[in-house]
Amino acid sequence: MEYFLKLFLSGTAKGSIYALIALGYTMVYGIIQLINFAHGEIYMIGGFTALIFGGFFFSKGMPVGFVLLFSVLLSIIYAAAFGYTIEKIAYRPLRGKPRLSALISAIGVSMVLQNFVLLAQTEKFLPFPSYLPEFKWLQPYKEYINSTQLIILGVTAVIMVLLTFLIKFTRMGKAMRATAQDMHMAQLVGVDINQVISMTFIIGSALAAIGGVLICSYMGQINYYIGFIAGIKAFVAAVLGGIGSIPGAVLGSFVLGWTESLGTGYISSDYEDAFAFIILIVILLIKPEGILGRTRRQKV
Amino acid sequence: MKVRSILADVRKSLGIAVWSMVLLFPLMVMKVSVTRGVAQVQFRWNFLPFVGIAGFVLSFAWRIALEWKDRRGNNKSEGTFSRVKAWSGQYFARPAVRTSALLALLSFVIAYPFLFGMYHTNIMITAFIYVILALGLNIVVGLGGLLNLGYAAFFGVGAYTYGLMWKYLGHSFIAAGIDPGWLFWISLPLAGIMASLFGILLSLPVLRLRGDYLAIITLAFGEIFRMVMQNSSDITGGATGISLIPRPWFFGHKLPPPQAATYIYFIAIVLVIITIFIVRRIEDSRVGRALEAMREDEVACEAMGINLVKNKLITFALGSFWAGIAGVIMAAQTTYINPDSFTLWESIIILMAVVIGGTGSIPGVIGGAILLKLLPEYFRALAQYRMLIYGIAMVLVIIFKPDGLIPRKRKQYTFEEKELSK
Repeated sequence: MEYFLKLFLSGTAKGSIYALIALGYTMVYGIIQLINFAHGEIYMIGGFTALIFGGFFFSKGMPVGFVLLFSVLLSIIYAAAFGYTIEKIAYRPLRGKPRLSALISAIGVSMVLQNFVLLAQTEKFLPFPSYLPEFKWLQPYKEYINSTQLIILGVTAVIMVLLTFLIKFTRMGKAMRATAQDMHMAQLVGVDINQVISMTFIIGSALAAIGGVLICSYMGQINYYIGFIAGIKAFVAAVLGGIGSIPGAVLGSFVLGWTESLGTGYISSDYEDAFAFIILIVILLIKPEGILGRTRRQKV
Repeated sequence: MKVRSILADVRKSLGIAVWSMVLLFPLMVMKVSVTRGVAQVQFRWNFLPFVGIAGFVLSFAWRIALEWKDRRGNNKSEGTFSRVKAWSGQYFARPAVRTSALLALLSFVIAYPFLFGMYHTNIMITAFIYVILALGLNIVVGLGGLLNLGYAAFFGVGAYTYGLMWKYLGHSFIAAGIDPGWLFWISLPLAGIMASLFGILLSLPVLRLRGDYLAIITLAFGEIFRMVMQNSSDITGGATGISLIPRPWFFGHKLPPPQAATYIYFIAIVLVIITIFIVRRIEDSRVGRALEAMREDEVACEAMGINLVKNKLITFALGSFWAGIAGVIMAAQTTYINPDSFTLWESIIILMAVVIGGTGSIPGVIGGAILLKLLPEYFRALAQYRMLIYGIAMVLVIIFKPDGLIPRKRKQYTFEEKELSK
């Protein structure tokens, strides 16, 4: 039972990280029906930027709280800028073209970003210093949950609430929902869809950057390749929960996190990454629209 | 007016230059290294002006390319390039010219291993393997319109079929006094069939899915295949793979490596020719037309009475068959296989050959595969930039020339003027 609880909690922490990435996936997919393969790379770039700026500020002898705040802020800004730029360069010219074109373009972007970081920085795994605070009162429960995991959980919860608020109650959120429903119709009633789509990419990328910083602090290392597999898994989570649905993405992420951690704990750790794919195949067989998803009718 | 628009362009490009300098600043200018848990940052200021200049120039090029694309979209038959193409097309339409060109090409291809030696022959074999792979993938992507991101797994199924056949049956063949060179020839069709079976297995869950879900699930399948091969070490040798796989024997004679390379080269050519022939026949057949209809619109296609389930199964089975065959040649050529040869990136490179060459166009796909395989061999200096360049090329092609370098010709029925006027 204790073993199970441990696995369950580590799965929860994992799931909440996937959730941060999956939210960006699901938002982008909900609006332009594109699997943004480059999303995982944005997350990796977010982690790298935080490492770079954090290292810079730290070497200038600034206090830890300041380092944490500013490196995270800068990494969010940079990731958002990357997301915005990528959408403008690689996806916007393909709008209205067959959907697979944009998907292929996204794969290309993902390759470019990975190899750009590989060439401009390093191909080695770099240790990622954790600037996150340690909670004293959590010490007795250390075996079950550590402070990083707790912070991750808290951050995910806050972000999910904020995001739901943004989409449900703000003007921009309304425009996003309208664009997701029918792009042409939204345009007709005066929604600036370019702006909406850019905003979606900016928000999604910012979330990915937060996820990047958190997971790198949790894992304690980073390299240019971490984004790809995490991106795919987050996509699986988004599909699992029902792509396009925000609570679905979070739910799917937790389910994926639990399955992975219980699967590695009870079955075999060799196949850690395979569980996500097996879940994906099973869910697509049984309920292709996902747990909380709605079916879209196909038209000619 | 003209001056003003140029000035506006310059101002825009300056903006982009500044943007790219700011955007790429942390990754390009600041280089991070970690020593004993402390991150150190080095500044490389000399990169900054390059980034700015590149941003400025590239944004101009980008704008010109977009304009060019718009203009080309409006009237396709203008411009020197298309005139040259029309002229050469006319020339090549003559049977005499066509046959002699084909014969010249064929004799060059046959003479190749004797002219250039083993090193270049081996490179050419890998190129041919890619041609077969790309042609097979073209059936799935180009004809059927189903994006397959796990194609390397079928390639792997083929290679492992031969590898495992050798590992488990090789010595019993020798013990029974049968020439183990036969294993290659048995494996060749067997690998194709195995890969087809895996293709059908994969296509069962995806029958109901649309394009992008399908892409992800094929990707998942490919990764699962690789992981299974990697982790079941008692059967497949795990991450170390299977080594000492024999090259095909020539009528009971074990050939020394150079001759064996030449022999494989010719086997590969014959297979390439057979593949081209069969793929062309498929394209013109009833199945091929049904697949094309499926690519254009699944719902409309179903309404026309075409069985989508059957068609998808056929697509995957046919497409995977060639991957299996290519896998056997690959195993025979390198004599060594391990799971690392069948990663997702391998699948993506094969897909790239199809996309860059021209989805659905047989000459385009062949050209794309040869290009992607030969260029890195002859530009070794740029090896570390290979994937970066590939990625950029993929994005550029899909934006500016979505039909690929040699677009496919669509079948058209044209009415004669006379008939209409009657």
